[in-house]
Amino acid sequence: MEVPRFWRETRARYNLEGVRCGNCEKVFFPPREVCPDCHRASIGRMEKFKLSGKGEVYSFSTIHSAPDYFKDEVPYIVALIKTDEGPMVTGQIVDWEDGEVQIGTRVESVFRKISEQGKHGIIQYGFKFKAVRRALK
Amino acid sequence: MTEIGIVGYGAYIPGHRIRTGEIARVWGANGEETERNLGIKSKSVPYLDEDTVTISVEAARYALRRCGVDPGRIGAIYTGSESHPYAVKPTSTIVAEAIGATPHLTAADYEFACKAGTAAIQTSMGLVGTGMIEYAIAIGADTSQGAPGDALEYSASAGGAAFVIGREKIIARIDKTYSFTTDTPDFWRREGQRYPSHGGRFTGKPAYFRHILTCAKNLMEIMDTSAKDYQHVVLHQPNGKFPIRAAKQLGFTKEQYETGLLTPTIGNTYSGAVMLGLSAILDVFGPGNRILAVAYGSGAGCDGFDITVTDEMKNYKLDAAPTTASQIQGRKFIDYATYARFRSKIERGGE
Repeated sequence: MEVPRFWRETRARYNLEGVRCGNCEKVFFPPREVCPDCHRASIGRMEKFKLSGKGEVYSFSTIHSAPDYFKDEVPYIVALIKTDEGPMVTGQIVDWEDGEVQIGTRVESVFRKISEQGKHGIIQYGFKFKAVRRALK
Repeated sequence: MTEIGIVGYGAYIPGHRIRTGEIARVWGANGEETERNLGIKSKSVPYLDEDTVTISVEAARYALRRCGVDPGRIGAIYTGSESHPYAVKPTSTIVAEAIGATPHLTAADYEFACKAGTAAIQTSMGLVGTGMIEYAIAIGADTSQGAPGDALEYSASAGGAAFVIGREKIIARIDKTYSFTTDTPDFWRREGQRYPSHGGRFTGKPAYFRHILTCAKNLMEIMDTSAKDYQHVVLHQPNGKFPIRAAKQLGFTKEQYETGLLTPTIGNTYSGAVMLGLSAILDVFGPGNRILAVAYGSGAGCDGFDITVTDEMKNYKLDAAPTTASQIQGRKFIDYATYARFRSKIERGGE
């Protein structure tokens, strides 16, 4: 990913910052300029909205054959997370044990390294998820 | 004089652990003997996607979750570490963005071996105390490395803590800070080198002990106190032995040093060490408890702090984030081969 593109998306990637339509109050992530339901009525009324990072596993897949950068992390889980605010977010699940991640498992976001552009490029950070019980006392 | 102190704090320790005996097994050393000599049973290991930035961000988020300070009112972030992921490009700017504190603040990274985090606390105290800013966040975090087979490999671990420093709603007042600094080359890492070097036994008496003992004694002399005036003491802990020996020489008892001594289970978290020990004490002990904290950084210097827990601690939302104790035991023990992969000591394709 090009540096400017990553930089433009930093707030969304670091803080799960999406938008809420000022007209119908529906929340979107990643952020978008126009509400697909309200169209022109939403123009100029899309407000920044930070997701709580909490949600549940809607579906998931365990990756065994990975792109180059992620090869060292196999097997790892990529999941669709149904966030409490509504948007479906794709993310990696970390710190899991066999059988722990199921459809419906409660998760919360964590801040991790996503990838890096080789030894000389920038390091890309962002959200991943972990099962909620791991985060409790 | 304006009171300055800790308004909030958070700790983060990666979940993986490796036992001293497992490292000893690989290098042909006696595991039990090594464990006994170092006073370290296991150490924390960061996963492939954890580094000083991610540890710092999680610790800072935990701290803010508990104290409720609006990130927009944070005027400075300083992160102390000897393992910043970038040689040029601050850890602190990434932390600032990730906690929503940008853009109206100052930020910088510190390096002073294992005491860079406490140096960050002192700088924060200065800015907050003079009224230049309302709040500052001081972080000490590391994912330190020891060369394969070196004595440091048994201790160099990962973890960190973040402290929000302010003037209002102080949960632990910093009564005084005092530093003792000399040019003592006991441990170093040259530019571009992957692993640090050290002076072996030279790291003991003329380095760690001279600085820790002098700093602690001078601070107590300034405060007109002795060991019995403190309920707790936390000293830098490069291994499980040095801090106990130093604490005893200063007149402290086991009851006073045991809560803040984390190295036997998590290893030496370098810039995180004293700050994690302090957070472990603050997690448990309420108003009125007085703490002596002395961080040591090779090179060399010590930052000493006289800290008193205030009544405001009763209102502190400790439960809003995981406690230090809940993270100490770790989640999963790994073998040396897995550890070597996590720490990039072996790499796919042999790069």
